[in-house]
Amino acid sequence: MGIHLYRIDDRLIHGQVVVGWGQPLNARFLVLVDDLVASSDWEKELYRMAVPPEMDIYFADVTTAVQEHSRYAADPRPGILIAGDIGSMYRLAKGVKAIGSVNLGGVHHRAGRVEKLRYVFLTPAEEEELKALEASGVEVTAQDVPSAHPVPLTEVLEGQTK
Amino acid sequence: MSKSGDSEATTPMAIVIGHGGFSEGLVSAVDQICGMAGRLVSLSMVGLTPETIEASIRSELARTGARVIFTDLPAGSGTLAARRIVKDDPGVVLVSGVNLATLLDFVFNSAATPTEAARSAAERGKASLIVVERS
Repeated sequence: MGIHLYRIDDRLIHGQVVVGWGQPLNARFLVLVDDLVASSDWEKELYRMAVPPEMDIYFADVTTAVQEHSRYAADPRPGILIAGDIGSMYRLAKGVKAIGSVNLGGVHHRAGRVEKLRYVFLTPAEEEELKALEASGVEVTAQDVPSAHPVPLTEVLEGQTK
Repeated sequence: MSKSGDSEATTPMAIVIGHGGFSEGLVSAVDQICGMAGRLVSLSMVGLTPETIEASIRSELARTGARVIFTDLPAGSGTLAARRIVKDDPGVVLVSGVNLATLLDFVFNSAATPTEAARSAAERGKASLIVVERS
Protein backbone atom coordinates (compact mmCIF):
# COMPACT_ATOMS: atom_id res chain seq x y z
CA MET A 1 0.00 0.00 0.00
CA GLY A 2 1.75 3.17 1.14
CA ILE A 3 1.40 6.46 -0.73
CA HIS A 4 -1.00 6.15 -3.67
CA LEU A 5 -1.06 9.82 -4.59
CA TYR A 6 1.50 12.59 -4.35
CA ARG A 7 -0.45 15.81 -4.79
CA ILE A 8 0.44 19.50 -4.96
CA ASP A 9 -2.51 21.49 -3.66
CA ASP A 10 -2.40 24.92 -2.08
CA ARG A 11 -5.68 24.26 -0.26
CA LEU A 12 -3.95 21.35 1.53
CA ILE A 13 -6.78 19.44 3.24
CA HIS A 14 -10.16 20.07 1.62
CA GLY A 15 -13.13 18.34 0.03
CA GLN A 16 -11.40 17.27 -3.19
CA VAL A 17 -8.62 15.60 -1.21
CA VAL A 18 -10.53 14.00 1.66
CA VAL A 19 -13.62 12.97 -0.30
CA GLY A 20 -12.85 13.35 -4.02
CA TRP A 21 -9.61 11.34 -3.91
CA GLY A 22 -9.82 9.85 -0.44
CA GLN A 23 -12.94 7.79 -1.13
CA PRO A 24 -11.93 6.07 -4.40
CA LEU A 25 -8.42 5.45 -3.11
CA ASN A 26 -9.82 4.23 0.21
CA ALA A 27 -7.19 6.46 1.82
CA ARG A 28 -6.64 5.73 5.47
CA PHE A 29 -3.89 8.24 6.13
CA LEU A 30 -2.75 11.63 4.90
CA VAL A 31 0.72 13.11 5.04
CA LEU A 32 0.64 16.91 4.98
CA VAL A 33 4.05 18.25 3.99
CA ASP A 34 4.24 21.95 4.72
CA ASP A 35 6.95 23.77 6.65
CA LEU A 36 4.57 26.39 8.03
CA VAL A 37 1.86 24.00 9.19
CA ALA A 38 4.41 21.62 10.69
CA SER A 39 5.76 24.44 12.85
CA SER A 40 2.38 25.50 14.30
CA ASP A 41 0.37 23.47 16.81
CA TRP A 42 -2.72 25.55 16.03
CA GLU A 43 -2.47 24.91 12.28
CA LYS A 44 -1.95 21.20 12.88
CA GLU A 45 -5.03 21.05 15.09
CA LEU A 46 -7.04 22.97 12.48
CA TYR A 47 -6.26 20.39 9.80
CA ARG A 48 -6.56 17.45 12.19
CA MET A 49 -10.16 18.47 12.94
CA ALA A 50 -10.95 18.49 9.21
CA VAL A 51 -10.03 14.85 8.70
CA PRO A 52 -12.68 12.14 9.16
CA PRO A 53 -12.17 9.75 12.07
CA GLU A 54 -11.22 6.82 9.85
CA MET A 55 -8.18 8.70 8.52
CA ASP A 56 -4.92 9.39 10.30
CA ILE A 57 -3.00 12.54 9.47
CA TYR A 58 0.74 13.06 9.81
CA PHE A 59 2.42 16.46 9.62
CA ALA A 60 5.96 17.01 8.42
CA ASP A 61 8.20 19.74 7.10
CA VAL A 62 10.03 18.84 3.91
CA THR A 63 13.21 17.72 5.67
CA THR A 64 11.28 15.43 8.01
CA ALA A 65 9.16 14.08 5.14
CA VAL A 66 12.32 13.05 3.28
CA GLN A 67 13.58 11.26 6.39
CA GLU A 68 10.24 9.60 7.15
CA HIS A 69 9.21 8.73 3.60
CA SER A 70 10.23 5.07 3.84
CA ARG A 71 7.90 4.71 6.83
CA TYR A 72 4.99 6.26 4.91
CA ALA A 73 5.73 4.05 1.91
CA ALA A 74 5.79 0.91 4.06
CA ASP A 75 2.44 1.64 5.68
CA PRO A 76 0.05 -1.25 4.94
CA ARG A 77 -2.80 1.23 4.40
CA PRO A 78 -3.33 3.39 1.30
CA GLY A 79 -2.37 7.01 1.82
CA ILE A 80 -2.15 10.43 0.17
CA LEU A 81 0.78 12.84 0.50
CA ILE A 82 -0.02 16.53 -0.01
CA ALA A 83 2.42 19.38 -0.45
CA GLY A 84 1.12 22.93 -0.41
CA ASP A 85 3.40 24.27 -3.11
CA ILE A 86 5.55 23.17 -6.03
CA GLY A 87 8.80 24.05 -4.28
CA SER A 88 8.06 21.71 -1.38
CA MET A 89 7.22 18.80 -3.68
CA TYR A 90 10.32 19.53 -5.75
CA ARG A 91 12.53 19.40 -2.65
CA LEU A 92 10.79 16.25 -1.44
CA ALA A 93 11.23 14.48 -4.79
CA LYS A 94 14.90 15.44 -4.89
CA GLY A 95 15.37 13.71 -1.56
CA VAL A 96 13.13 10.71 -2.24
CA LYS A 97 13.93 8.79 -5.40
CA ALA A 98 10.93 6.50 -4.97
CA ILE A 99 8.41 9.11 -6.11
CA GLY A 100 7.33 8.12 -9.62
CA SER A 101 4.52 10.54 -10.30
CA VAL A 102 3.12 13.81 -8.99
CA ASN A 103 -0.42 15.10 -9.29
CA LEU A 104 -0.83 18.84 -9.84
CA GLY A 105 -4.16 19.32 -8.11
CA GLY A 106 -4.52 23.00 -7.30
CA VAL A 107 -2.18 25.96 -7.62
CA HIS A 108 -4.38 29.01 -7.64
CA HIS A 109 -3.93 32.56 -8.78
CA ARG A 110 -1.47 34.85 -7.07
CA ALA A 111 0.55 37.84 -8.24
CA GLY A 112 3.11 36.77 -10.84
CA ARG A 113 1.33 33.57 -11.80
CA VAL A 114 -0.15 32.93 -15.24
CA GLU A 115 -3.21 30.74 -15.81
CA LYS A 116 -2.43 27.40 -17.40
CA LEU A 117 -5.56 25.50 -16.44
CA ARG A 118 -8.67 26.51 -14.53
CA TYR A 119 -7.00 25.30 -11.34
CA VAL A 120 -3.31 25.74 -12.21
CA PHE A 121 -1.54 29.10 -12.27
CA LEU A 122 2.27 29.18 -12.45
CA THR A 123 5.16 31.60 -12.16
CA PRO A 124 8.10 31.13 -14.56
CA ALA A 125 10.16 29.76 -11.65
CA GLU A 126 7.45 27.20 -10.83
CA GLU A 127 7.34 26.14 -14.48
CA GLU A 128 11.08 25.49 -14.34
CA GLU A 129 10.75 23.46 -11.14
CA LEU A 130 8.07 21.29 -12.73
CA LYS A 131 10.19 20.77 -15.82
CA ALA A 132 13.14 19.79 -13.64
CA LEU A 133 10.92 17.43 -11.68
CA GLU A 134 9.84 15.65 -14.85
CA ALA A 135 13.37 15.65 -16.25
CA SER A 136 14.44 13.78 -13.13
CA GLY A 137 12.05 10.95 -13.99
CA VAL A 138 8.94 12.01 -12.10
CA GLU A 139 5.79 12.05 -14.23
CA VAL A 140 3.83 15.26 -13.64
CA THR A 141 0.17 15.50 -14.63
CA ALA A 142 -2.57 17.93 -13.70
CA GLN A 143 -5.87 16.46 -12.52
CA ASP A 144 -8.14 18.09 -9.99
CA VAL A 145 -10.54 15.18 -9.42
CA PRO A 146 -10.32 11.44 -10.23
CA SER A 147 -13.00 11.61 -12.94
CA ALA A 148 -11.07 14.28 -14.89
CA HIS A 149 -8.60 13.48 -17.65
CA PRO A 150 -4.98 13.78 -16.48
CA VAL A 151 -3.22 16.55 -18.41
CA PRO A 152 0.48 15.94 -19.19
CA LEU A 153 2.91 18.62 -18.05
CA THR A 154 3.76 19.63 -21.61
CA GLU A 155 0.12 20.46 -22.26
CA VAL A 156 -0.21 22.22 -18.93
CA LEU A 157 2.73 24.49 -19.73
CA GLU A 158 1.33 25.24 -23.16
CA GLY A 159 -1.89 26.28 -21.45
CA GLN A 160 -3.93 24.70 -24.23
CA THR A 161 -6.31 22.64 -22.14
CA LYS A 162 -8.56 25.07 -20.32
CA MET B 1 -19.67 35.61 -5.94
CA SER B 2 -22.06 36.59 -3.19
CA LYS B 3 -25.78 36.87 -3.30
CA SER B 4 -28.48 37.62 -0.80
CA GLY B 5 -32.01 36.44 -1.18
CA ASP B 6 -34.39 39.13 -2.38
CA SER B 7 -37.72 38.16 -0.92
CA GLU B 8 -37.40 39.80 2.46
CA ALA B 9 -35.59 43.08 3.00
CA THR B 10 -33.99 42.29 6.34
CA THR B 11 -30.46 42.23 7.70
CA PRO B 12 -28.69 38.98 6.83
CA MET B 13 -28.06 36.83 9.89
CA ALA B 14 -25.73 34.26 8.42
CA ILE B 15 -23.24 33.51 5.67
CA VAL B 16 -23.67 30.22 3.80
CA ILE B 17 -20.59 28.99 1.96
CA GLY B 18 -20.04 25.76 0.09
CA HIS B 19 -18.70 23.94 -2.93
CA GLY B 20 -19.93 24.72 -6.45
CA GLY B 21 -23.44 26.18 -6.44
CA PHE B 22 -24.41 24.46 -3.19
CA SER B 23 -24.90 27.55 -1.05
CA GLU B 24 -26.78 29.49 -3.70
CA GLY B 25 -29.05 26.49 -4.22
CA LEU B 26 -29.74 26.15 -0.51
CA VAL B 27 -30.54 29.83 -0.10
CA SER B 28 -32.75 29.68 -3.17
CA ALA B 29 -34.60 26.74 -1.61
CA VAL B 30 -35.12 28.69 1.62
CA ASP B 31 -36.58 31.50 -0.42
CA GLN B 32 -38.93 29.19 -2.26
CA ILE B 33 -40.21 27.65 0.96
CA CYS B 34 -40.61 30.66 3.20
CA GLY B 35 -39.40 33.79 1.39
CA MET B 36 -36.77 34.50 4.00
CA ALA B 37 -33.60 34.21 1.95
CA GLY B 38 -32.90 37.86 2.72
CA ARG B 39 -31.55 36.67 6.06
CA LEU B 40 -28.81 34.70 4.35
CA VAL B 41 -25.85 35.51 2.14
CA SER B 42 -24.52 32.76 -0.14
CA LEU B 43 -20.88 32.50 -1.09
CA SER B 44 -19.24 30.12 -3.55
CA MET B 45 -15.63 28.98 -3.26
CA VAL B 46 -15.23 28.32 -6.97
CA GLY B 47 -11.85 29.57 -8.17
CA LEU B 48 -10.87 31.01 -4.80
CA THR B 49 -7.71 30.37 -2.82
CA PRO B 50 -7.82 29.67 0.93
CA GLU B 51 -6.83 33.30 1.51
CA THR B 52 -9.53 34.74 -0.72
CA ILE B 53 -12.17 32.43 0.76
CA GLU B 54 -11.33 33.72 4.22
CA ALA B 55 -11.24 37.32 2.99
CA SER B 56 -14.64 36.93 1.31
CA ILE B 57 -16.25 35.58 4.47
CA ARG B 58 -14.68 38.31 6.62
CA SER B 59 -15.84 40.94 4.15
CA GLU B 60 -19.43 39.67 4.17
CA LEU B 61 -19.49 39.42 7.96
CA ALA B 62 -18.33 43.02 8.21
CA ARG B 63 -20.70 44.24 5.52
CA THR B 64 -23.81 42.53 6.83
CA GLY B 65 -23.21 42.17 10.56
CA ALA B 66 -23.94 38.44 10.34
CA ARG B 67 -22.44 36.40 13.20
CA VAL B 68 -23.08 32.85 12.02
CA ILE B 69 -21.31 30.94 9.23
CA PHE B 70 -22.79 27.79 7.71
CA THR B 71 -20.48 25.52 5.68
CA ASP B 72 -21.01 22.24 3.88
CA LEU B 73 -18.14 19.81 4.52
CA PRO B 74 -16.19 19.68 7.78
CA ALA B 75 -13.07 19.10 5.63
CA GLY B 76 -13.85 21.88 3.17
CA SER B 77 -11.81 25.01 2.59
CA GLY B 78 -14.78 27.11 3.70
CA THR B 79 -14.88 25.36 7.05
CA LEU B 80 -11.13 25.78 7.55
CA ALA B 81 -11.39 29.47 6.69
CA ALA B 82 -14.34 29.88 9.06
CA ARG B 83 -12.43 28.17 11.87
CA ARG B 84 -9.69 30.78 11.47
CA ILE B 85 -12.29 33.55 11.73
CA VAL B 86 -13.92 32.01 14.83
CA LYS B 87 -10.48 31.85 16.43
CA ASP B 88 -10.04 35.59 15.89
CA ASP B 89 -13.61 36.60 16.76
CA PRO B 90 -15.31 34.65 19.57
CA GLY B 91 -18.61 36.32 18.65
CA VAL B 92 -18.79 34.39 15.40
CA VAL B 93 -20.27 30.88 15.36
CA LEU B 94 -19.61 28.15 12.79
CA VAL B 95 -21.95 25.31 11.86
CA SER B 96 -20.59 22.78 9.36
CA GLY B 97 -22.63 20.17 7.51
CA VAL B 98 -25.47 22.56 6.71
CA ASN B 99 -28.63 21.29 5.06
CA LEU B 100 -31.99 22.81 4.17
CA ALA B 101 -33.65 21.90 7.47
CA THR B 102 -30.78 23.64 9.29
CA LEU B 103 -31.30 26.90 7.45
CA LEU B 104 -35.08 26.85 7.76
CA ASP B 105 -34.82 26.47 11.52
CA PHE B 106 -32.27 29.25 11.63
CA VAL B 107 -34.17 31.87 9.66
CA PHE B 108 -37.25 31.41 11.87
CA ASN B 109 -35.20 31.67 15.07
CA SER B 110 -34.47 35.37 14.93
CA ALA B 111 -35.29 35.99 18.58
CA ALA B 112 -32.45 33.87 19.86
CA THR B 113 -28.79 34.87 20.15
CA PRO B 114 -26.64 33.79 17.19
CA THR B 115 -25.15 30.96 19.24
CA GLU B 116 -28.54 29.72 20.41
CA ALA B 117 -29.96 29.95 16.91
CA ALA B 118 -26.96 28.10 15.49
CA ARG B 119 -27.24 25.30 18.05
CA SER B 120 -30.96 24.91 17.45
CA ALA B 121 -30.45 24.88 13.69
CA ALA B 122 -27.71 22.26 13.93
CA GLU B 123 -29.93 19.99 16.02
CA ARG B 124 -32.81 20.37 13.56
CA GLY B 125 -30.49 19.63 10.67
CA LYS B 126 -29.20 16.46 12.31
CA ALA B 127 -32.71 15.32 13.12
CA SER B 128 -33.77 15.77 9.50
CA LEU B 129 -31.42 13.03 8.32
CA ILE B 130 -33.47 9.89 8.41
CA VAL B 131 -33.27 6.56 6.66
CA VAL B 132 -36.51 5.06 5.44
CA GLU B 133 -36.52 1.36 4.61
CA ARG B 134 -39.32 -0.94 3.62
CA SER B 135 -39.86 -3.21 6.61
